[in-house]
Amino acid sequence: MRATVDGNEAAASVAYRLNEVCCIYPITPSSPMAELADEWSSRGRENVWGTVPAVVEMQSEGGAAGALHGALQGGALATTFTASQGLLLMIPNMYKIAGELTAAVLHVAARSLAAQGLSIFGDHSDVMAVRQTGFALLASASVQEAHDLALVAQAATLRTRVPFVHFFDGFRTSHELSTVDLLSDDDLRALVPEDLVRAHRDRALSPEWPFIRGTAQNPDVYFQARETVNPFYARVPEVVQDAMDRLGGRTGRHYRLVDYSGHPEAERVLVVMGSGGETARETVAFLQGRGERVGVAQLRLYRPFPARELARALPATVRRVAVLDRTKEPGSLGEPLFLDVLAALSESHADGERELPRVTGGRYGLSSKEFTPAMVAAVLEDLARERPKRRFTIGIDDDVSHTSLPYDASLDIEPHETVRAVFFGLGSDGTVGANKNTIKILGEEGLHAQGYFVYDSKKSGSQTVSHLRFGPQPIRAPYLVSQAGFVGCHQFGQLERPEVLGRAAPGAVLLLNCRHPPDRVWDALSREVQEQILAKRIELYVIDAGRIAREAGLAGRTNTVLQTCFFAISGVLEREQAIERIKASIAKTYGRRGAEVVERNLAAVDRALDGLHAVRIPDGATSTRASAPIVPEHAPEFVRTVTAAMMAGLGDELPVSALPVDGTYPSGTTQYEKRNISDLVAVWDPELCIQCGNCSFVCPHSVIRSSYYAPSELDGAPEGFRSAPLNAPGLPETRYTLQVYVEDCTGCRLCVEACPVSAGGDPVRKAINLDAREPLVAAERENVAFFEQLPPNDRSRVDFGTVRGTQFLEPLFEFSGACAGCGETPYLKLLSQLFGDRMTVANATGCSSIYGANLPTTPWTVDADGRGPAWSNSLFEDNAEFGLGLRLAADRHTELARRRLRELRDQVGAELVDEILQAPQLRESELRAQRERVAELERRLDGLDDAAVADLRSVIDHLVRRSVWIVGGDGWAYDIGSGGLDHVLASGRNVNVLVLDTEVYSNTGGQMSKATPLGAVAKFAAGGKTMPTKDLALQAIALANVYVARVAMGADPQQTLTALREAEAYDGPSLVIAYSHCIAHGYDMKDGLDQQYRAVASGHWPLIRYDPLVRAAGGNPFLLDSPRPRMSLGDYRKRELRFRALANADPAEAERLLGLAQHAADQRWQTYEEMATRSAGDFPADARRDP
Amino acid sequence: MDLSTTYMGLALRNPLVASPSPLSYTLDGVRSLADAGVGAIVLFSLFEEQLREEAARNELLVDGPAESFAEALDYVPAVVREDAGPRRYLSHLERAVAAVDVPVIASLNGATPEGWTDCARAMQDAGAAAIELNIYYLPGDPRTTGRDVEQRHLDILQRVKDAVTVPVAVKLSPYFSSTGEVAHRLDDAGADALVLFNRFLQPDVDPEALTIVPGVTLSRPADARLARTWIALLRGRVRAALAATTGVEDAADVAAYLLAGADVVMTTSALLRHGPQHAAVLLDGLSAWMARHGFATVDELRGMLAVPAAGDQAAYEREGYVGAMREANARPYGSW
Repeated sequence: MRATVDGNEAAASVAYRLNEVCCIYPITPSSPMAELADEWSSRGRENVWGTVPAVVEMQSEGGAAGALHGALQGGALATTFTASQGLLLMIPNMYKIAGELTAAVLHVAARSLAAQGLSIFGDHSDVMAVRQTGFALLASASVQEAHDLALVAQAATLRTRVPFVHFFDGFRTSHELSTVDLLSDDDLRALVPEDLVRAHRDRALSPEWPFIRGTAQNPDVYFQARETVNPFYARVPEVVQDAMDRLGGRTGRHYRLVDYSGHPEAERVLVVMGSGGETARETVAFLQGRGERVGVAQLRLYRPFPARELARALPATVRRVAVLDRTKEPGSLGEPLFLDVLAALSESHADGERELPRVTGGRYGLSSKEFTPAMVAAVLEDLARERPKRRFTIGIDDDVSHTSLPYDASLDIEPHETVRAVFFGLGSDGTVGANKNTIKILGEEGLHAQGYFVYDSKKSGSQTVSHLRFGPQPIRAPYLVSQAGFVGCHQFGQLERPEVLGRAAPGAVLLLNCRHPPDRVWDALSREVQEQILAKRIELYVIDAGRIAREAGLAGRTNTVLQTCFFAISGVLEREQAIERIKASIAKTYGRRGAEVVERNLAAVDRALDGLHAVRIPDGATSTRASAPIVPEHAPEFVRTVTAAMMAGLGDELPVSALPVDGTYPSGTTQYEKRNISDLVAVWDPELCIQCGNCSFVCPHSVIRSSYYAPSELDGAPEGFRSAPLNAPGLPETRYTLQVYVEDCTGCRLCVEACPVSAGGDPVRKAINLDAREPLVAAERENVAFFEQLPPNDRSRVDFGTVRGTQFLEPLFEFSGACAGCGETPYLKLLSQLFGDRMTVANATGCSSIYGANLPTTPWTVDADGRGPAWSNSLFEDNAEFGLGLRLAADRHTELARRRLRELRDQVGAELVDEILQAPQLRESELRAQRERVAELERRLDGLDDAAVADLRSVIDHLVRRSVWIVGGDGWAYDIGSGGLDHVLASGRNVNVLVLDTEVYSNTGGQMSKATPLGAVAKFAAGGKTMPTKDLALQAIALANVYVARVAMGADPQQTLTALREAEAYDGPSLVIAYSHCIAHGYDMKDGLDQQYRAVASGHWPLIRYDPLVRAAGGNPFLLDSPRPRMSLGDYRKRELRFRALANADPAEAERLLGLAQHAADQRWQTYEEMATRSAGDFPADARRDP
Repeated sequence: MDLSTTYMGLALRNPLVASPSPLSYTLDGVRSLADAGVGAIVLFSLFEEQLREEAARNELLVDGPAESFAEALDYVPAVVREDAGPRRYLSHLERAVAAVDVPVIASLNGATPEGWTDCARAMQDAGAAAIELNIYYLPGDPRTTGRDVEQRHLDILQRVKDAVTVPVAVKLSPYFSSTGEVAHRLDDAGADALVLFNRFLQPDVDPEALTIVPGVTLSRPADARLARTWIALLRGRVRAALAATTGVEDAADVAAYLLAGADVVMTTSALLRHGPQHAAVLLDGLSAWMARHGFATVDELRGMLAVPAAGDQAAYEREGYVGAMREANARPYGSW
């Protein structure tokens, strides 16, 4: 049966049907495999033997591997799906599983490892890091192979007892949509007969036939015992080939362990593994057609290494071999595949079987870097040189070590009958979804189709590029479309990105979505765009898809409209036939989501055709407008040369020398990326405003800034610059301005919701409102520039203790790419305002590390003195420990600085030294005084010649109190990092932990965590979570010396502010758990603050503080900050889809769980109320001698 | 005292029926109505349009953030993305039927032809004893003809009758040029009961807040007169059962409706005002009234004050009007 699926589904489809247990943990890009398995299991779908597999989400990949090991030892057929760091966490268990000869297959969407930076994209770094574990490694190169070899791996593991890693390239294969032939259950049963399953089961632990497995062994036998497995490994290649042959016999799809293709008497040959093999094979065929004697050996089995098969696969005529590795092993003689091939050929030569060719080794495709026919041709061309490069890279410009081979990017080998199209859209407009739909339609029409989707790293206003191919022949082109016959530009603003028309082939059709009518479009284009259209003879069509979608009731979802236009003008199908197919597809796709959805989309199809117009292109360019510069001219050089290139989509062209050697990037670069992503932006009304600061407090994107200043500062202000008399007491004759950075505003509306003022006579109008951005931009740009040159407000004079006061503190976290209306970022911004100039941040991997530090730009920024948060991300699982390490270093260096200072007391001046050593540093005025003392100290050190001086200088920054913050989400704090967090909180050290609690894994797409509420629907809890949330606060309180707070900014901003300040001031571990609304909750984020209020008012999220200092002073340290619940849990929950979904799908269960959740909330409230009435002696004491 | 009666062929222990209201939102609410003694319960209405709107809204919530970010191509498990349609209502209906021993009638407000029939069929499958069509239709387009409005009612009835085998009641608005004729046409088309009358919840204007406010107000006894008049007129002239609704505050109102000819008397406002247990007060009051007047069964008194089938309807209406005028003129503020 033909179907259009991606690589993840292709592999999961087989894995699910051949297993009984799936132990998983979400990690990109493998998560969809686990999610599909969970979905099928929820629907009661059976495996080929009639069992519904159990899908269990664990707390980490380490946990998943442990559970997998146990399930296997229990005799179950068990699997897992993972990638990257997840696979690394499984290594200890992998040794065990392999050492015990346990049949299992791990399916891996191969991904880069975090080194100088994290990358979610594809290469073989992870699988190469497990090649020594004893697992066999089987590589799939395409979506079809990911399906077929998943079966081969399962068949082979049960036959050989050697466990397998079956892998394919992350994103390139895992996320590529392709038309494939599916294996039937009979195919699966034929290759995995039940006697093998029973043999596996017979090896299980059972008290009926007890044995001991997992002994501790001594020097006398460990070595020999380790060698016992050799015969099992020796059989693997033969068994795998046999399984491939039997698969071929049933399906006609034939695979070899090492597949050679190319000239039978080739002289130059590539060896490659994974999706690059597809590109290499197609390119070799093309070059062979030109008469070149070239070939390619594609490896499918990598471990055990098929040395004999490789040597035999290469024609005897081969004189040059280039081995391509998709990984990097710094400091090695060469990458692993290269070394294996070299060894295999050397031994073959030593045995007299063949001549020894010259073998070179190169790296390609790291982190999904493109690997194109041009690159294949360049490597083969290099092999033809007299002295080919021994070690090389391909696909980059290495101007540092000069490893890279040049290549001619224009080489195009694709068959002419293949239709190629690219679509540029926004994540929010549905472009990708429409294209996925188009591929399915064409796949069903009998065409071969391929779709690959590129997303940018922003969570709001993100741009997507869809690469589609269709044709009568199977498509073997795992690389982006560079010569598109059809270009869809779904956002007018994107047209000036070099990539858009850069990917258009001569004579291409361009479909442009814009508001301009057809006769005005040309004049709206920049000069560069016009010139490219003319040079490439591009046909231009326009449509106002936004308007049509709105009229059809589809809000901003232009997908159906633009998909219809594509079919109407691309000619892929007959127009009438295409429209009919779209409509049928709409009925099918949306049928299950309700009649209204179907009808609106059908209406959009009909309206689309009426709104589509061809544009007459003049003979010459007429525009005088140049494309806008990417970053302003005053930006720092790094930003202008490196960051700007990344922003423009030209990062691939940056040479090695342009990039930092150790992953260190400048702070504060989002300010140069004016994204203008929202049509509506916040606008301040000075007349109505009461200057409370609420809007600025809650703004997730730091686009609302306040300042007060002397009236004279207004001299030279732009005409439209807004200002009002400051209404704070004690500062007469002072002006106040609330400036909105409109180009950075996401239009989330939280500020409007937070504003307490309404206009008389117009209840809808507030002191801050949303208005159209376009007419405001030019003037507001000038206003922002003027605002920024106003003198910064003196931090020592600002009231840190009130929400109103904090608006005058400069945020050092700004313009992140977080979702519009994000519930997490207001907390981070507040931290940066309060402590930013002296804080270090250890950030767990997750949403906050992505919007916090995903290139090209970073939101953590600096103040006027160049100080600001120092931020780093280690891993997901180790963040608490990482932050503790930062604390330990700071403590040692503070101690060192103080010691050296004491040693220099006489030379520097006793008074200054004593003041520095004894300075209280809690209040901002005290900190400011200390900074002045340290500055004075530095001046005095200038004249000194003492060995201690240099030492003191190296740590002098520690004389100002350092604030160490450990930041992460609930996935980290409750699950994968739970053990570490627990330990760090129990360390007694002065670290501050901020948990941005969205009650779900947000970054990886909504998987359940232990913070997920009872009754909420999440991935892996599709039937509603049946466990209450773990009470992290109570756990921490039990440790006696931890400051603990649970806060919700939307419910009580003042309590949030107080808690963060108390936590920071407390000389010991602090834990602040912050309720963060999230798009994964399923409601409009503009209501996020109101939902926070409801969360607290319903008892879902009681606000508490636990302060060990109060206990030490004899008081009750436990403070219940929120009033007794005054609405039901149901009233809070009804707005959120995560709860409503269950009420729709299974109303009785939803009611049952709601009842239990209400009971749990009531119980917890009673516990808290009781705690709030205790006395100091009812709580354990802080036993530290010297906190 | 025998209060038992039948309604659309359903045997009821008494003629007091709880009409659609928030009281039946929960199973406990349904149980408390039954415990208070009502003869049958009409569940709150299923509004197809609301379901469609909710599904469309959910779709935007689910699809909005999807396919935007490489690590999270969606945020909601696929299983719960599907539109559940009326599943929540049906599940509630099913459990309500199981929870009480009086007939549970489902109330339906459709929005599309398929919606009316599909939902009605599903309600029947879920155990509804009967289906009440809540054709809450305001012809907002001023060019809509009266005939069109009437035809719409007939079409819906016809469709639902074709789709289900349980009895079907039609809840009518009083705003027809000739309400009696419409009642006859619905009767001819097979309506098993006519429920008189639906109250339209017109929004109101709040001059202080300068806003439109929802027009949810509870009915008062005076509102009952219109329904009572029509019931008295239709009694004996249509085959369909007649259900009175609107304006029942105490037992006297129930008795008045029965005397006018109602088969059953529905109440919501009083139960909302006083709680479900008020049903017992009404029933006790009805029994006491019957005892006082020497009635042993409901059938004895039903329709006693209806317009006699052979009588002159126009005269009855005229008499009612003239009588009212006469009384008005007798009041102290003078005559016309």
